[in-house]
Amino acid sequence: MHLTWILTKRELGAYFDSPAAYVVLSVFLLFTGWFFANPLFLENTASLRSVFDLIPFIYLFFVPAVTMSTFAEERRAGTLELLLTLPIRDWQVIAGKLLAVVIFLGVGLAATLLYPLSLSLMGDLDLGQTVGGYAGLLLLGTTCGAIGMFASSLTRNQIVAFIIGFGIIFVLFLLDKVTVFAPGWLAGVLEYLGTDFHARNMMRGVIDSRDVLYYVSVTFFATLLTAYSLSRRPE
Amino acid sequence: MIEVDHLVKLYGAERAVNDISFEVKQGEVLGFLGPNGAGKSTTMKTITCYLPPTEGTVRVDGRDVRTDGLEVRRRIGYLPEHTPLYTDMVVRDYLAFMARMRGVDPGDVRDRIRDMAARCGLESVLHKQIDTLSKGFRQRVGLAQAMIHNPPILILDEPTTGLDPNQIVEIRELIRSIGQEKTVILSTHILPEVQASCDRVLIIHRGNLVADGTPGELQAGYQGAQTVHIRVDADARAVWQVLAPLEGVEVAHQEQDAEGWTHCVVSTREKADLRPELFRLAVENGWTLAELYRDEADLEDVFRQLTSN
Repeated sequence: MHLTWILTKRELGAYFDSPAAYVVLSVFLLFTGWFFANPLFLENTASLRSVFDLIPFIYLFFVPAVTMSTFAEERRAGTLELLLTLPIRDWQVIAGKLLAVVIFLGVGLAATLLYPLSLSLMGDLDLGQTVGGYAGLLLLGTTCGAIGMFASSLTRNQIVAFIIGFGIIFVLFLLDKVTVFAPGWLAGVLEYLGTDFHARNMMRGVIDSRDVLYYVSVTFFATLLTAYSLSRRPE
Repeated sequence: MIEVDHLVKLYGAERAVNDISFEVKQGEVLGFLGPNGAGKSTTMKTITCYLPPTEGTVRVDGRDVRTDGLEVRRRIGYLPEHTPLYTDMVVRDYLAFMARMRGVDPGDVRDRIRDMAARCGLESVLHKQIDTLSKGFRQRVGLAQAMIHNPPILILDEPTTGLDPNQIVEIRELIRSIGQEKTVILSTHILPEVQASCDRVLIIHRGNLVADGTPGELQAGYQGAQTVHIRVDADARAVWQVLAPLEGVEVAHQEQDAEGWTHCVVSTREKADLRPELFRLAVENGWTLAELYRDEADLEDVFRQLTSN
């Protein structure tokens, strides 16, 4: 376990040592800030609704951008071989990197805590919805992160990793939005498979084990695929 | 220490390593020699547990790479080809990270870094970011990370590629000093390197082991042409007329210099030493003999003979 954490710390160091991380985080905060302040001042709505609705959209681009380097860059630079010949198991490498991605996404989300904080000073904040929303977004981010890392494990080119990651995450994001075109029996399945659907459930303030289970199992599945992709050791 | 037994590695249908067996004893410095793409790196990658063997077994310290990979990896310090490093890190941080990942106690990390910096000559660059370093320094950082946990075995894939001559000498000296206490496998396609640093040489060609022995043994077993140089004060044509009719001997090169000396290179496929015969001929024809020597077969000849078909 502690090897995983040492790796996570290195990954976080790599993120926060590079200016790209701050640019990406600033853009993230700029967008969310706009979508928070706009309804607040123009429509007099004291709600996190628009921020919560926006973040899954931002994650479509944001998460693959964060994860695209995880394995692709290591493969390109050859450090993957060094990493995988250290006395550490492949799954620990994946776990360490995923943990770093989740912490990075968590830092972005934590910065937006300013919005609910300011709302609570001005009026009534629905604590259930806020907690549920943040939990849902973090789970959504983790799932997308695991998928993005899988995409990154397929190639040595970060741009290709970004596009593959974006593609998969986008399809999963769309699934519950195309149910009108699907026959009734399929609609329920599609809805359940959609990543966004479960986050929106949680934003209502209901933390349902089915939603949590969905994120955990998709994350697990994506991680398994990554492990398989790494075990093939193509070069 | 390391036993490779009937190792086969396939990449798809291609046999990168074809039934190689060898053993490395403790404290030995073993050189893998072979043209590019011969299977040197692949063999090393199976020993370091990066690639699983397709067939055969690889054991390090009695532990199978397939079933006991973590224990094998703990005993090995590995420097892959092209010296991959996290170039965005500072040397000290990088060494600390690798030390922790390789199982060095947090309390010992400082001491280990200091030792390695002294040994590999890194004191002056510990605070520099790796991507600002020269190739020679990067190579030393790569060696330092491989040795940071004081492993009994070091595996170095082409440790001197891309260095300038001075750096090559430095790295070679470093490897020789390491080789006094550790088991080392290094690969190269540069022959003098093997002669300079290895106790034993394996020549690999197209995935097959074609030679195994000390550099001296390989030279002794060489079955190639014998070449003798002779320099006399006679006319080139006269020399040719004497030497050409000799049976089984070929005049490979002949040249008369400005001072009138004729330099002649003769070669034969026969084992018998040509020098007494040439001396006799020189005396017989009244030539003054300035030079008469035989080319020793060097590893280069052995290598070319074994890998040129």
